[in-house]
Amino acid sequence: MSTYAQKKGFGATLWDFLTTVDHKKIAILYLIAGGLFFLVGGLEAVFIRIQLAVPNNDFVSAGLFNEIITMHGTTMIFLAAMPLIFAFMNAVMPLQIGARDVAFPFVNAVSFWLFFFGGVFLNLSWFLGGAPDAGWTSYASLAIASKGHGVDFYILGLQISGFGTLMGGINFLVTIINMRAPGMTYMRMPLFTWSTFVTSALILFAFPPLTVGLVLMMFDRMFGAHFFEAAMGGNTIIWEHLFWIFGHPEVYILILPAFGIFSEIFSMFSRKRLFGYSSMVFATVLIGFLGFMVWAHHMFTTGLGPVANAIFAVATMAIGVPTGIKIFNWLFTMWGGSVKFTTPMHYAFAFIPTFVAGGVTGVMLAAAAADYQYHDTYFVVAHFHYVIVGGVVFALLAGTHLYWPKMFGTMLNETLGKITFWTFFIGFHMTFFIQHFLGLWGMPRRVFTYLPGQGFETANAVSSFGAAFMSVGVIVMLINIIVTSVKNVKVGNDPWGDGRTLEWAIPSPPPFYNFKQLPLVRGLDAYWIEKMEGKKGMTPAEPLGDIHMPNSSFLPFIMSLGLFIAAFGAMYHVDKVSWALPVMILGLLITFGAMFTRSVKDDHGFHIHKEELMDDDDKGVKA
Amino acid sequence: MKRLAKWRFISLFAILALVLSGCGEPYLSTLNPAGEVADTQYDLMKLSTLIMVGVIIVVMVIFVLVFIRFRRKDDTIPKQVEGSHKLEIIWTVIPILLLLVLAVPTVAATFKLADVSPMDKKNSKALVVNVRAHLYWWDFEYPGQKIVTSNELVVPTNEKVYFNLKSADVKHAFWIPAVGGKMDVNTENVNRFWLEFDDKKANDAGNLFYGKCAELCGPSHALMDFKVKAISKDKFDAWVTAMQDVKEPLKASTAAASEGQQIFNKSCIGCHAVTPANKMPDTARIAPNLSNFGDRSRVAGILEHNKENVKKWIKNPETYKPGNLMTGKYGNLSDDQIDALADYLMGLKVQE
Repeated sequence: MSTYAQKKGFGATLWDFLTTVDHKKIAILYLIAGGLFFLVGGLEAVFIRIQLAVPNNDFVSAGLFNEIITMHGTTMIFLAAMPLIFAFMNAVMPLQIGARDVAFPFVNAVSFWLFFFGGVFLNLSWFLGGAPDAGWTSYASLAIASKGHGVDFYILGLQISGFGTLMGGINFLVTIINMRAPGMTYMRMPLFTWSTFVTSALILFAFPPLTVGLVLMMFDRMFGAHFFEAAMGGNTIIWEHLFWIFGHPEVYILILPAFGIFSEIFSMFSRKRLFGYSSMVFATVLIGFLGFMVWAHHMFTTGLGPVANAIFAVATMAIGVPTGIKIFNWLFTMWGGSVKFTTPMHYAFAFIPTFVAGGVTGVMLAAAAADYQYHDTYFVVAHFHYVIVGGVVFALLAGTHLYWPKMFGTMLNETLGKITFWTFFIGFHMTFFIQHFLGLWGMPRRVFTYLPGQGFETANAVSSFGAAFMSVGVIVMLINIIVTSVKNVKVGNDPWGDGRTLEWAIPSPPPFYNFKQLPLVRGLDAYWIEKMEGKKGMTPAEPLGDIHMPNSSFLPFIMSLGLFIAAFGAMYHVDKVSWALPVMILGLLITFGAMFTRSVKDDHGFHIHKEELMDDDDKGVKA
Repeated sequence: MKRLAKWRFISLFAILALVLSGCGEPYLSTLNPAGEVADTQYDLMKLSTLIMVGVIIVVMVIFVLVFIRFRRKDDTIPKQVEGSHKLEIIWTVIPILLLLVLAVPTVAATFKLADVSPMDKKNSKALVVNVRAHLYWWDFEYPGQKIVTSNELVVPTNEKVYFNLKSADVKHAFWIPAVGGKMDVNTENVNRFWLEFDDKKANDAGNLFYGKCAELCGPSHALMDFKVKAISKDKFDAWVTAMQDVKEPLKASTAAASEGQQIFNKSCIGCHAVTPANKMPDTARIAPNLSNFGDRSRVAGILEHNKENVKKWIKNPETYKPGNLMTGKYGNLSDDQIDALADYLMGLKVQE
C-alpha cells in the first residue's frame, strides 16, 4: 500500500477520511469534530455570560436562554469533552501498548460516525424550531412538558451518539485486554492506557442506564407512553435515578483520562517514573468503582430520606481518599525531579491547585445537610467547572500540545501555547471562583436573569469579564494551530526529548501500521529503559514479517447516516405528517442494509509484504 | 514568569477583599443564617471549609517547594524513585480520619433536619403549611388555620414551621436561602421538612426574607420568587385572625375600586379567589389567591408593590414573566378598566 505515502488531492483525502478505519485517522476525525463542537459550546457559554453580565439583561429571551444552557451542557459533555478524550485514546492508547490498531477497526469507524451524526442531529435543532430547553439533565416533568421538538432532538441525538460511545468503550476494552505487545503486562501499562481501560469499563456499565432512560422518554414523548407522567401513575424520580446512575460515572469517564494525560506529563517533564505507580493504578480502579456508588448525591434534595442521604454522603466523601492519593503521588513525582515547564507542563502544574479547589468543594457538597444549601446554586456551577474545566479541559489542552507532534508530525508553537495557557488560566479563575460566593449568597443556577438589589451585580460582572479572557485563550490556540500547520516543520520520534512510553519510540506521525515489528517491553516506561541503556529504539519482539491490515470501508458512514435519517422520521411522526413513517423505515433500511452487507460480504483485509516494509525504512507517513 | 506570579498575587488579594467585604444580603444569603436549620448548615459549611483549608495548605506547601526547588537546571537524570509505602500510608490514613471528622456531624445533621415527626402526632400543635408550586407562583395553605395565601408566606418567628411540598405541574424546589436549605417540590409525592425563623435575624432582615425556586422549571424559573414575612407569634396570630375574619370578598371602598371589583368579578374571578377560606381542593386553586393582595410586598413576586406595576402586569404579564399561564386568559381590557382593577386590587387589605 505505498499509495498511502503519495500526495493526494482534496477529494481523495476527503474520501480517505470518510472511509478510514485507521485509529490514527479516526483520532484526527474525533479531534476535528470534537474541537468544532467545543467552539460551539464555548460560544454558547459566552452568550450565557453576556446575558448574565448585568441584572435584568435582555440580550437573549428567557426561553432562548434555557435552550442555550441546555445545549452548552449537552454539547460540552457529550459532543466536545468525550470525543476529544476519544481522540487521544484513539491516537495514543494503541501506540502505548504496542498494537497496530484497535481490536475492531471497522467498529471504531462506526463509533465515530455515530457520534458525529448524533451531534449534528442535536445541533440541527437550532435551525428546526428550537433547541432542547430542559437542561442537560432533562428532568422528566419539564422535559415531557416542553413544547416543540427540542427535547426530541436531545433524546434521539444522544441515543445515536450514545451507541457510538458504547461501541468505542467495548472496542478499547478488547484492545487493551488482547493486543498488548510482548512483555506489556497490565502493571507495565502507562497510566493513560490504564485510565482508558477503566474509563471504557465505566462506559460499558454507565451508558445502558442512560439509553434506558432515553428510550422511556422517547416512548413518552413520541409514542404515547406514560412512564414519567405522575398523573397517569408514572414517576419522574425514576428518570433522576437513571440519569444520575449514568451521570455520575460520566464525570469519572471524563476525569480519569484527564488524570491519565497528566500522569504522563508529570512523569515525562520531571524525567522521573511515576511516584507510587501501583497505588496510582489502584486509585484509578477504586475511583471508577466508587463512581457507581454515589449517584444519589445529585439528589440530596429530592426527598429520598435521611438514611439514603447519609449513606450516599459518606460514600461520596470516600472518593476523596483515592483522589487525594493521586494528588500527592503527582506532587512527589515532581519532587526530586528535573521539572521542565513546557506548555503541557504549565497545564499540568496549574491543574493541581485548580483541581484541589474543585475537589474540596466536592467534599463540602458531599455533606448532605449542607448540600441542601449548595444544591442547584452557583456554588455547584463553580464546583463542577473547577473539576471539568480545571481537570478535563486543562488536560485536553495539555494533551493537544503534548500529542500534536505525534498526531501531525509538527510541534505547536510554545510561546503561543503559553499565552493561551495564561489567558485561559486567569480567565478561568476569574470566571468561576467568584461563582462559589454567588451561590452562597443565594443565587440559584439556570436563571436567565436576576433582579437588581440582591447583591449579585459585581460578582456577575467579574465572572463575565473572565469569560472574555478564556475566549482570547482559545482564539490564540486556533491561531497557533493554523500558523504551525502552515509552517509544518517536521519533527522526529521523540520531539519533547523526554518521552518514556512506546508512542515516542516510533516516527511522528507513525506509519499506518504503527510498528514494523512489535516491540519487546521490558518494564514500565519501556522506551525510557531502552534510552537509558543507550539504545536508539525498541528491541523487536518478532522477526520482520507480513503485516495483516484491515481494508477501508464506506459502510460505517452509511450505517450511521441511516440512523440519522430514521431519527427525523421518528421525530416528525408525532406531528402526523405523511412522510414521517416512510422516512423512518427508509433510514432503518439503510442502516440494516449496510449491516447486512457487512455481514455477508467477506472482507479479509490485505497484507503488507515483508519486502515493502524493508523499502519503507522508517519513512514517516503523512497523516 | 516572576511578573506573572506577582500579578496572580494581586488578583488573589482583590478576590480576598471582595470576599471579606460581604457575606451577602441578610434577607437572602446562606452566610447570614437566620434560623436553626440555616445555623446547622452554616456550622457544617464552616467545619468542612476549615478541614479543606488545612488540606489546601499542605498541598500548596509541597506545590510551591516543587516549583522552587526542582526546576530543570541541567541535563542530569534524576533518581528514579518507585514510591514510598510510608508516605502513601500517611496520605491515605490522614484523609480518612479527616473525612470521619466531617462525616459524623454530617450524618447527625442530616437526620436532625429530616425530623418531621411532630407532623404525624395526633392533635399536634405544630404549625403546618402546605406549599403548592405552580408555573411561576406559590400557593400557601395553612390547613390548621383553614386559610390560603399566595406568593407571600407569613410565618411566626422562633417556632418550628413544617412544610408539605407538592407541585401542580413540573418539578420546582422551595428555597429560603437565609433560613435553611432547599427541598424539591415533586410532581408525584409530598416532601416534608421544617424551618425555624430566628426573631432577631428576621428583624435585621426587615422581617422579609427572599424565597426562590431552585429547580429549572421553564422560561420564568428565574422569576419564580416569593417573599417570607417572618413576624412575632402575636402578630402572626393577629394576621391569622384577620384572614379568618374575611368571610366574603372585601368590599371596594372607592368608586373607582368598585368599578374594578365589577371587572374583577367578570374577568378574573374564574381563576383568582379573593377569600382566604380554604374551601377548594388544592388542584382547583389554579391562580394566586388575592385576598390580601394590598398587604403584599411585591407584584407577581418580583415587581415593586405599587399601582403602576399592577397595571403594567395586567396589561402584559408576558413581558414580566415569559411563559406564565395568565397571559391571554382574560381578553382585552381597556386602560381605564385596568386602572380601576388596580385600584380594587391595591385596596384588598385584611390588616391596617
